[in-house]
Amino acid sequence: MSLENFFAMGGYAFYVWTSYGITLAVLLWNLFAPIVQRKQLLRQLALKQKRAQQ
Amino acid sequence: MPLIQAFFAIVRRDLLLAFRRRAEMANPLFFFVLVVTLFPLAVGAQPNLLRAMAPGVIWVSALLAALLSLDGLFRSDFEDGSLEQLLLSPHPLSVLVLGKVFAHWLVTGLPLLLVAPLLALFMGLPEQAMPTLWLSLILATPLLSLIGAIGVALTVGLRRGGMILSLLVLPLYVPVLIFASGAVDRAAGGLPTGAQINILAAMLLLALVLTPLPTAAALKMSVN
Amino acid sequence: MSFIPAPISRFFHRTASPPHFYTLADKLLPWLTVLFLLLLIPGLYGGLVMAPADYQQGDSYRIIYIHVPAAWMSLFIYVLMAVMGGIALVWRMKLAEVMLISSAPIGAGFTLVALVTGSLWGKPMWGTWWVWDARLTSELILLFLYLGVTSLYGAIEDKRSAARAVSILALVGVVNIPIIHYSVEWWNTLHQGPTVSKMDKPSIHISMLIPLLLMAGAFKVYYAIAVLQAAKLELIKREPSAQWVKNLLEQNA
Repeated sequence: MSLENFFAMGGYAFYVWTSYGITLAVLLWNLFAPIVQRKQLLRQLALKQKRAQQ
Repeated sequence: MPLIQAFFAIVRRDLLLAFRRRAEMANPLFFFVLVVTLFPLAVGAQPNLLRAMAPGVIWVSALLAALLSLDGLFRSDFEDGSLEQLLLSPHPLSVLVLGKVFAHWLVTGLPLLLVAPLLALFMGLPEQAMPTLWLSLILATPLLSLIGAIGVALTVGLRRGGMILSLLVLPLYVPVLIFASGAVDRAAGGLPTGAQINILAAMLLLALVLTPLPTAAALKMSVN
Repeated sequence: MSFIPAPISRFFHRTASPPHFYTLADKLLPWLTVLFLLLLIPGLYGGLVMAPADYQQGDSYRIIYIHVPAAWMSLFIYVLMAVMGGIALVWRMKLAEVMLISSAPIGAGFTLVALVTGSLWGKPMWGTWWVWDARLTSELILLFLYLGVTSLYGAIEDKRSAARAVSILALVGVVNIPIIHYSVEWWNTLHQGPTVSKMDKPSIHISMLIPLLLMAGAFKVYYAIAVLQAAKLELIKREPSAQWVKNLLEQNA
């Protein structure tokens, strides 16, 4: 099976790859949004703590 | 005071309060008629089309009318503090809540039966479907009030809870809508409706037993 | 609660304390990530490369490897949320509240994925993007139930009350899901449109089944990873001035 055939998905490339792409996007968003937000929150809290100490 | 007396005391009080503002009692009715009137204006007045849509249109409008009237269920009691009094009562809150829902249904749900024949006439619903339409309204409007009460109890503490209330409650109304409009649809086609009516009755009994518990729990949450 | 043996209840209270849970999550996450990749890579390879094309649907059926696991997850997570809600209401366990509300966006995400992939699968099969098929319709209503949970939680200012509210709502929803499912099924057989072909998989071949199960496992582990990350954020949000958060800040500094 050639790589070209694999990406063509028997003519259904658009439907198959769009499905996998959207799934990937949604799952990555739900995974990384909380990580990024937590880092931001921790940075804010650290800043606040530093100010309170001064 | 025994429990049954407490239940009827709540019903009597709420009916009295509603009767003092009887002008407001007609509002859900106007709304019901108004929404149904919009459909022929929007889709055209071909009798065949309207007849085919009639059960669905009447039931979606009844659903929306019930939804709009829900807000009054606990709002004024929440604002004037009598809800807190209710929570302090020695009787189980779920039974008292059932009394409030019953009174609310008598005022807002039952009158829908009065205008139903008029709407059936507007939409060209066959006469043979009329008894089923009434029966489905009698069984399903209390269901709408009981399920809706959970949503109102959850959102009564919010300043703008109306939008969220409909988001919470409408998905839960889906089975009621399906079976109620399904029954009327079948009756209009001259088919037996026993199954749908029985399912609606079963759902009503289930809701009578089950919904007061989460409603009571949600009221306790909202008051605190 | 008194009817639970003391050692078990001690174990739960220790695990459920925010700092302990936070470090436990950090210890678990690398292992879960490895497990996730171990399931995902063979699952994708088996599904996209090894499994033969379907004799009727060609290669378009390969959407099954994400559509069906996502649909399973959407139900699974809602049921899990209701269980958390029950625990939160009965034992007033904060961690159950945190897990419940952290699960909601992930479950909504899976529901959305199931809907979009179902639509993308339906286009070549049915010739249209949307058919009021019983499963797609139930999935759409499930999405509304998820959105109700997240918007109710967002609307109530006091987060302790909000958690109680969504616990009640999740329990009410989970009782309704089977009723909604069967009513939609009945409605669908009544109003069957001209397109009768459903996405039924009569008897699935073993070479298609194994990747499907691997992907289902991978999605479960993904959920565990994502919910732990969301719970870590939620725990800090809830008590930003607690001692354990201060310790955490010092560690980071």
